Amino acid sequence: MTVLRWLLYPLLLVLGGGLGYVVLTLPQEATGLRDLAAGHLDASGVANPVTAVLLNFRGYDTLLEMAVLFVALLGLWSLGDSRPPRDPAPGPVLDTLTRLLAPVLLLVAAYLLWVGAHAPGGAFQAGSILGAAGVLMLLAGFSPPQALLGWPLRLTVAAGLLAFLAGGLLTLVAGARLLEYPAALAGGLIFFIEAAATAAIGVTLAALFLGGARPTGKDR
Amino acid sequence: MAPLTDPAWYFDALTALGLVALAWRLLACPDLFRAIVLFIAFGLLMALAWVRLEAPDVALAEAAIGAGVTGALLMAALARLPAAAGEDEADDAPEDEVPDHDRRARGPLPPPGGDGGPT
Amino acid sequence: MIATQLLYGLLGVALFALGVRGTLADGPFLRRVVAWNVAGAGLFLIFVAGAYGGAAGADPVPHALVLTGIVVAVSATALALALARRLKEAARDE
Repeated sequence: MTVLRWLLYPLLLVLGGGLGYVVLTLPQEATGLRDLAAGHLDASGVANPVTAVLLNFRGYDTLLEMAVLFVALLGLWSLGDSRPPRDPAPGPVLDTLTRLLAPVLLLVAAYLLWVGAHAPGGAFQAGSILGAAGVLMLLAGFSPPQALLGWPLRLTVAAGLLAFLAGGLLTLVAGARLLEYPAALAGGLIFFIEAAATAAIGVTLAALFLGGARPTGKDR
Repeated sequence: MAPLTDPAWYFDALTALGLVALAWRLLACPDLFRAIVLFIAFGLLMALAWVRLEAPDVALAEAAIGAGVTGALLMAALARLPAAAGEDEADDAPEDEVPDHDRRARGPLPPPGGDGGPT
Repeated sequence: MIATQLLYGLLGVALFALGVRGTLADGPFLRRVVAWNVAGAGLFLIFVAGAYGGAAGADPVPHALVLTGIVVAVSATALALALARRLKEAARDE
């Protein structure tokens, strides 16, 4: 630790100086991949360039990202049991607020999922809103029915990865490259994968918040 | 180059100053609860920065995750492990009793100091 | 327009340096996790500032990568906190 303390400021100087140099020498009018992405937008099935990049042009990244989220939750579940992080009796303010907000958040998540095809929004934003709604409900002492905690929970958590893999396999079977959607079907396929990814991200975030082993792990 | 008469430039400068001040304070203040509250404020201000950088998609995710879910995660961790929160303080109390006490002790809003939001 | 890019890029550098310092310095584990999140926010900021295009519009590819990065960061944070709790419990059991 003492060695680290001596090395900390030189290290910071090198890191900060290097990064600062990079930022100062960034090309001024760089187009990057903007024109390339805009040029192929018609073939992507959606009108929002960020969604097109996430789900179509660089779908491979997002597939692996869903795998990372899934593995993180598996790692958390494998660490054993823990007590739920909530007060036994939430106050009336939190209770009422949750009752009012949870349906609205659900609606916002559905809207963001739908609007992601042609405006800012999409699976990640909708999933994070869904996860926030789940965290709020868990904080207010809401516990989901036991029947949902077995296979339904596991399937939902894996849904994003499974939908992505199904889409990738379909394109492979159809003779195209991995995740190379045919332009006519791209919009529908992307929406299907996004819906599954939204549910998976939302439920995974809530489960990450809850922590603990799966059998006692509650979810929304 | 943006002229200094452009009001947006002052807005950007204020956002940047606020972010640096928040980051500095949350890394320096001794109370972990307050550090987490400052981190939530930091996340909200980051969402504003994303909007200024024309990345509304990122702003939406940051507002929900950076400010909301990460803050809740950190709060839950603070409540659940007072022992792990401070490595040097030897806290050997059994965990079953400590968290609720600790939660209640830290539960209410942070003491009303004026340093919550520099903007 | 370029002033905006430069301002937020340098802000990203400053946040990254602050975060790395907080992560490597002595302190409670929770604060180091928060510091690492600050450093990550700084890196994301540099990335998106590089994609800023002013009137011509921004490059969507870094936006998409940062979007996935935010979700990965929160899952890594959750795992780190759970590992810390487990470590503490294991240390207490001995």
